[in-house]
Amino acid sequence: MARNPSIIETKQLNVFYGTTRVISDVDMDVETHRITAIIGPSGSGKSTLLRCFNRMNDLIPSFHMTGSVLFGGQDLYDASVDPTEIRYQIGMVFQRPNPFPKSIFDNVAFGPRVNGFKGDLNGLVEDSIRRAALWDEVKDRLRESALSLSGGQQQRLCIARALAVQPQIILMDEPCSALDPISTQSIEELMRELSNEYSIVIVTHNMQQAARVSDYTAFLNPGEDKISELIEFGETRQIFTNPTDERTEAYITGRFG
Amino acid sequence: MVRHQSALESSFSDAYAAANAASRWKRYLPERIIKVVLFLCAIVSIFTTIGIVSVLIFEAALFFQEVSIFEFLTSTKWTPLFASKHFGILPLLTGTLLTSIGAMFVALPLGLMSAIYLSEYAPETARQIVKPVLEILAGIPTVVYGYFALLFVTPILRAISDDISVFNGLSASIVMGIMILPMVSSLSEDAMRSVPRSLREGAYALGSTKLEVSTRVVIPAALSGIVAAFILATSRAIGETMIVTIAAGQNPNFTFNPFVPIETMTAYIVQVSLGDTPTGTLEFKTIFAVGLSLFVITLAMNLLSQFIVRRFREVYE
Repeated sequence: MARNPSIIETKQLNVFYGTTRVISDVDMDVETHRITAIIGPSGSGKSTLLRCFNRMNDLIPSFHMTGSVLFGGQDLYDASVDPTEIRYQIGMVFQRPNPFPKSIFDNVAFGPRVNGFKGDLNGLVEDSIRRAALWDEVKDRLRESALSLSGGQQQRLCIARALAVQPQIILMDEPCSALDPISTQSIEELMRELSNEYSIVIVTHNMQQAARVSDYTAFLNPGEDKISELIEFGETRQIFTNPTDERTEAYITGRFG
Repeated sequence: MVRHQSALESSFSDAYAAANAASRWKRYLPERIIKVVLFLCAIVSIFTTIGIVSVLIFEAALFFQEVSIFEFLTSTKWTPLFASKHFGILPLLTGTLLTSIGAMFVALPLGLMSAIYLSEYAPETARQIVKPVLEILAGIPTVVYGYFALLFVTPILRAISDDISVFNGLSASIVMGIMILPMVSSLSEDAMRSVPRSLREGAYALGSTKLEVSTRVVIPAALSGIVAAFILATSRAIGETMIVTIAAGQNPNFTFNPFVPIETMTAYIVQVSLGDTPTGTLEFKTIFAVGLSLFVITLAMNLLSQFIVRRFREVYE
């Protein structure tokens, strides 16, 4: 597989909550226009790592980190960086669908509005919903509450909402864990499609999902000291067929986790 | 093996049956008694309400046999204690409205902003200090607030403007606003804190600032609770007695001028019940007519608040 340029690079990333170190020394590259999966057992810090990529961890008072996260070459944690400026360049989709209790249209228009979008808002909203493969289902009910949608539709709406701020990369934190298999399948198809234009990082506890959708896989695992480290990172096919580390092999063959 | 097990089971159930028969009364009698006791406790408040309302209606009915409802609701003079008697509730109503609306002008912005601060901005340590201090305000006796208005706030206001009388609606409004502030902020904050964290994260992830998250996501999602808090605080202000009696005066003026002495419905009831008006007279019955009006207003406010909470409740998920 031809290597694309990196969009996110972490260098010696260590994460602490208070004085407890939870992730140690992660070095990984996220390539543009690829899907990178982060897998690992519960409590291995997958979500924490993902949230370092758009500074969502800043909302937790006890969080601090060392090392660096580069986004397009720029250090995200540099003192001159305003986290709100960063977050709208990086889309995020959460574990449970979290549409705002507003209309479908207002949900998608939320990001552009807070970021001062001047232009064809209707067009942008329609385009974003189309990209999220939701348009045909909601085009006649844009003024209805987003909460009237099914769980799978809500999650695609959240993806449309993230796309509306025209991010370069989308972070997905177990986006299918609250969905049924059919909705999961439609989200996975959507991810494959989106990867033509966006870079995607997905955290999943579902190894089959990682194997199905991702190009690259990162395996995080807590050691004896409960501090998680990046055990192995490489092309998904290689990780799942020919892992170099025996812990990876043990995890993907279902011997633990 | 199987047979053995079932034999064991049946001997257990025999033992249970025997134990049950012996202790049934011991266990279930207290259960029945407590049920009755709890029910009686619950209906005390219902009977009290029914009692108060029926006294109000009965006495007010006697009043309205002598004074027409039309005069009561439309006349702009309230002089039941004077030789030339007029029974128009409007001056008392404007007094109550003036002080209540004035109090809301103080309590709404301050209360909402402290709620936003406590719920969205305050670090945990600041919250642990500010919230109890704010709630101390709710524990101050209203008579203390009344003299605070008359002896502290009014002199300051009079130093600013000569037009302000010793007794005036403005001073009472300001202090009453401070009194209901904790109620507004505490109930609004509860509503805002119950907005799920996931909604805030969704908004932050789209590049919202803290202010945008507060005003565009948290407040709309908590709106029904906030409105209910405002309405409950308004009914509290309408029913508040001590502050307005002490600081706003005893002059039923048909006016919305906050600088002159006025009289609220509650202050009038105090004036008559503490005065030397003989019971059973028409003058005395006026307080039941006024009391009934007050009851109708606060009841309407509470029903409105319940309606708003039901109607505008935003379901988060």
